[in-house]
Amino acid sequence: MKWVKVIVSFILTLSFLSFPSCAFQSDELLVDDEEFGLEGAPQHRSPEPIPTRSPPVTSPTRKRHSDLDSDSKIQFSLDHAFGDSDFSPAGTFSARLKTWSHGGQFCQTLTKLRFSRNSFSDVEKEKFKNLLESDDFYRIRLPSNVLSPPGRDFIISSVKARCLPRESLDEHFVIHMEGVNVLAVNYGSPGSCPYPRNLKLPAKWSFSSHTVLKNSEQAPRAPVFTEEILGGENAEGEVVQPAERSFWAKYWMYLIPLGLIVMNAITQAMNMPEEQATGQVPAQGQPSAGAVQRGPSSAVRRR
Amino acid sequence: MAIRSFFLFILFFSSSLSPVFSLYEDQVGLMDWHQQYIGKVKQAVFSSQRAGRKRVVVSTEENVIASLDLRHGEIFWRHLLGADDVIDGIDIGLGKYVITLSSGGSILRSWNLPDGQMVWESSLQGPKHSKSFLLVPTNLKFDKDNVLVVFSNGRLHAISCIDGEVLWKKDFEAESFEVQQVIQPPGSDLIYVVGFAASYQFEMYQINAKNGELLKHESASFSSGFSGEVSLVSTETVVALDSTGSILLTISFQDGKISSQQTPISNLVEESLGPAVIIPSSVSGIFAIKTDAVTVFIRVIGEGKLEVVEKTTHEIAVSDALSISEDQEAFALIQHASSEIHLTVKLAHDWDGNLLKESVKMDRQRGLVHKVFINNYIRTDRSYGFRVLIVMEDHSLLLLQQGEIVWSREDGLASIIDVTTSELPVERNGVSVAKVEHNLFEWLKGHMLKLKGTLMLASPEDMAAIQSMRLKSSEKSKMTRDHNGFRKLLIVLTRAGKLFALHTGDGRIVWSHLLRSLHKSEACQSPIGLNLYQWQVPHHHAMDENPSVLVVSRCGPSSDAPGVLSFVDTYTGKELSSLSLDHAVVQVIPLPYTDSTEQRLHLLINADKHAHLYPKTSEALSIFKREFLNIYWYSVEDQNGIIKGHALKCKCTGEVADEFCFDTRDLWSVVFPSESEKIVATVTRKLNEVVHTQAKVVADQDVMYKYISRNLLFVATVAPKGSGEIGSVTPEESWLVAYLIDTVTGRILHRVTHHGLQGPVHAVFSENWVVYHYFNLRAHRYEMSVIEIYDQSRADNKDVWKLVLGKHNLTSPISLFSRPEVITKSQSYFFTHSLKAIAVTSTAKGITSKQLLLGTIGDQVLALDKRFLDPRRTVNPTQAEKEEGIIPLTDSLPIIPQSYVTHALRVEGLRGIITVPAKLESTTLVFAHGVDLFFTQLAPSRTYDSLTEDFSYALLLITIVALVAAIFVTWRLSERKELQEKWSFYSAFASQSTFSSLFLCDN
Repeated sequence: MKWVKVIVSFILTLSFLSFPSCAFQSDELLVDDEEFGLEGAPQHRSPEPIPTRSPPVTSPTRKRHSDLDSDSKIQFSLDHAFGDSDFSPAGTFSARLKTWSHGGQFCQTLTKLRFSRNSFSDVEKEKFKNLLESDDFYRIRLPSNVLSPPGRDFIISSVKARCLPRESLDEHFVIHMEGVNVLAVNYGSPGSCPYPRNLKLPAKWSFSSHTVLKNSEQAPRAPVFTEEILGGENAEGEVVQPAERSFWAKYWMYLIPLGLIVMNAITQAMNMPEEQATGQVPAQGQPSAGAVQRGPSSAVRRR
Repeated sequence: MAIRSFFLFILFFSSSLSPVFSLYEDQVGLMDWHQQYIGKVKQAVFSSQRAGRKRVVVSTEENVIASLDLRHGEIFWRHLLGADDVIDGIDIGLGKYVITLSSGGSILRSWNLPDGQMVWESSLQGPKHSKSFLLVPTNLKFDKDNVLVVFSNGRLHAISCIDGEVLWKKDFEAESFEVQQVIQPPGSDLIYVVGFAASYQFEMYQINAKNGELLKHESASFSSGFSGEVSLVSTETVVALDSTGSILLTISFQDGKISSQQTPISNLVEESLGPAVIIPSSVSGIFAIKTDAVTVFIRVIGEGKLEVVEKTTHEIAVSDALSISEDQEAFALIQHASSEIHLTVKLAHDWDGNLLKESVKMDRQRGLVHKVFINNYIRTDRSYGFRVLIVMEDHSLLLLQQGEIVWSREDGLASIIDVTTSELPVERNGVSVAKVEHNLFEWLKGHMLKLKGTLMLASPEDMAAIQSMRLKSSEKSKMTRDHNGFRKLLIVLTRAGKLFALHTGDGRIVWSHLLRSLHKSEACQSPIGLNLYQWQVPHHHAMDENPSVLVVSRCGPSSDAPGVLSFVDTYTGKELSSLSLDHAVVQVIPLPYTDSTEQRLHLLINADKHAHLYPKTSEALSIFKREFLNIYWYSVEDQNGIIKGHALKCKCTGEVADEFCFDTRDLWSVVFPSESEKIVATVTRKLNEVVHTQAKVVADQDVMYKYISRNLLFVATVAPKGSGEIGSVTPEESWLVAYLIDTVTGRILHRVTHHGLQGPVHAVFSENWVVYHYFNLRAHRYEMSVIEIYDQSRADNKDVWKLVLGKHNLTSPISLFSRPEVITKSQSYFFTHSLKAIAVTSTAKGITSKQLLLGTIGDQVLALDKRFLDPRRTVNPTQAEKEEGIIPLTDSLPIIPQSYVTHALRVEGLRGIITVPAKLESTTLVFAHGVDLFFTQLAPSRTYDSLTEDFSYALLLITIVALVAAIFVTWRLSERKELQEKWSFYSAFASQSTFSSLFLCDN
């Protein structure tokens, strides 16, 4: 099972290579895609974020350069701070750095991101509890360049500490990358954090982390309508037939008045015999009084 | 064929839309107004033509050249040069051409004086950057051709006045040579070019004006160096100041020989004055120096001898010399004295005698006189008369003649920095507004005219009379609030530091106020107005309290200069108070809280990232404390490419205890890689925007929830290479990345890269969508994109039963700390124009559909329905989608000529478009400003909630009367008929009864 997961995540991470994030890009890139065995990658519309669950065992923190220049391992650290305290190391991200040259330019991307979180020490637990009580911010930071940390500046992100505790401490990273630069990190709980934030201590003081690496999406090009498209799709002969509608949908405006007329007729028919029954009495019995009271109706009948 | 049918369809479609915006010819000016300005005048040249209309040609700081009517101040013609085409000099050549030198002396143009047509244009290149001079010698001829002498970019040119051809040129390539003056003594064929080299050497070049030959080159060194400008006191003498500003150097170069004389200022003026500067002027024999407190006029007598003629502590302005006869030169001098200005015209060689001495009452709100231009005319008694054109501190332009202000122009309005609006006073019972009483005859006449108009019998004069009557009769220029909220005050802050209140009805200036706090003072040397905010908007106390605005300014151009706040009453224009702050103002955040007097709380962030709360009252503090934890803001560092989010921390921990000062902390940061991205645009939603509905019902009975958050920021970045001009990079090297960032948590909600695109990016954010405009390098066209963002977390609230039973999460508070579940939809379209500004209409309740207002490169405002920018457009919309109003997808956005909001007018130099909701939901007020101002009312979905102005009430009344009459008539008729029927029945009955009685009798 684990194998399958690893392979799937590997393939998915590889798929990022088809979204080259280095500066230069052209349409011819499709040819290069074959190199990575990912031809026919669908329109660069919305790359699925790759959730990679951090392995429970801390991976060995080694900095090994593989023989190939195109594939090397790097790691960078995550720092955290409690409220306004100083930052201290909290974990390590390790990833493979893919390098390839394209059109004379080197593009580098990270793949196979893994994260190992240091567990809280007792002091940190205490600090975190304080944060929870005061509903303060838990802050993290990453270097803005993974090759030469910290780069230009640190990427900071923070979340209200009360958003994290569930069963354990659940956290969710979305790291926005551009080549080897980290642009921003969306940090927070994986689910919702409803507003009246209640004080709740985690059952387990361990982190379960989800990390997602995100590269930029490519915008679809503005559609260029040529004459062929118009000729093909909007030709005169091909008038788009409106969908067949039901009988009721078509003729309701006739049916409703018809129904009303029928109903009216029925009520009239019901009234008729009654009226005739009552109408004949005054004509015979009390002609003068009845005629005056129901002047119009008898007048009509007389006409 | 297909294309044709397609176009027919488009035409049909556009014609079905167009009536929404278009208006009839006679409706122009009913709801809109247009005002033309030129900006602060830099230079003025009077046309010396004896016959014809008197005019003055001016160049301004807004890069306008204009020809003004000297009698009324109206514009005959004007041209707005580009933003980087700064005018260096203007003059009139041959009495009929206006010559302008612009773009740092590299473009010389000639315009026809009567109509402003361009005659020719020459491009002048040179070896290096230098000061530029334009001389139009009156008697320098070259083959019967008048010659212009231009010094620019280190090269001297002689140019034909007729066709702009360069006759000869001469380079001054010496590295350190800085030209100071170019002199052409009248009546000679020589040109002198004088300047400094290496800041201590005086250089003089004598050049033959016929062929550009260098005749003589002399230089002399002065160990003390030079500072500032030189003043020309005769054709062969200049006066300069040494580098300390305390010694005057009189340098004469008669016959090509340089001789000089040094005179310490302290020899001339007893008390020490500190460093002085020379006031540039060209009056022969006299020059002026100015220190902090004193202005001294000094006369040069003979061989470099100097003599003080006047010393004054008043603010003073001097004009250039005007030659009135062969050996006489006159100049004008203006001095301030409390509420008056004194104008004196003197002869250059006779300081003590005055040709003219006048005092003119001057409005204090105009400030000081900055510039004076003198012109003469011949009076009816054949003596010389003088008039002067003066430019005031508030950038207004006035013509003074015979001790009176003949006309004035409020040209400060050409450079508006910020705009806000204010309501007018509520109409009170006691205060009746003056009403125009018509007598019966006028009333009859008016109606006769209108009748003629409707019967198409009216002559053009009659039509004009009808039009003016319509304008007058409308109540739009009243000074009270109206029911529909059309009448408002536009409060504008100009670059000169003056506040104007314009009435939206007719654009007149209700009041204007030169802010004291923006006045140059010792504490604040160069104050700059920054922004306007609504400080107090009374609703509960609308009857007895006036609204006020906050003007934020700072002392000096650097962002850490201390700030100044002033509070101005918007009904009277009085400055209520002003505060000089001890900290800088980097950011002003109007908070959504008001205190009991309805003053809005503002948070000012200074350069050290401390937050200061205003107003400084304990009540404001208690309100602020309550919301302390819910205040977040962001800052954009364009240069570094960093966006940071901040929140408040605690009270300031500085040495001075200040309970209104707070420390801040950084919550998040987004760092754009400097090698691949550069921030070019950041846009947020308007703070006061109202969204009527959160959900959008789409065709298949489905509901989409808009992601409406006030904390969304749109950021556009481009490749650093591609941030230059369009076409400077190849499509491969250029891209644009669009971001939607949550400003509370710093989450990037959406990020999309467009390849082959280039800025400039113009964007507008409203409700849940953002529209941005850029250039597509691959398609060689401008393009517009739309991004709409929808909330998925509430998407399952579609079940009616859930809504009925209350099992939905629509009313639960939304926390931005939750993980957002959003989807975005986007689409791109080609668009023909490049843009100068973009805005969106806003209405009171947000029900009316939206229009984008695009300020085009042609300085017009185009209204474009938001429906054209709907990412759900498809080539073949289904029937249901068509019913919903989805327009079939086209690759470009249509430009419908009728939808120009500005109809035939142009808002020259368009800079901004502001929309303000009226009280009437269907209507929005639009104010576009640049060098010109334009205001109009728009109804994006027609005025569905009110009757239009031309609604025929008479017809309605007649119809009602006719209906009532008809009811009466038919009632009478029916009664009569009924009576008749009764009678006939009775008679029938009677006959029957007689018959029956007979029958009975028979029995």
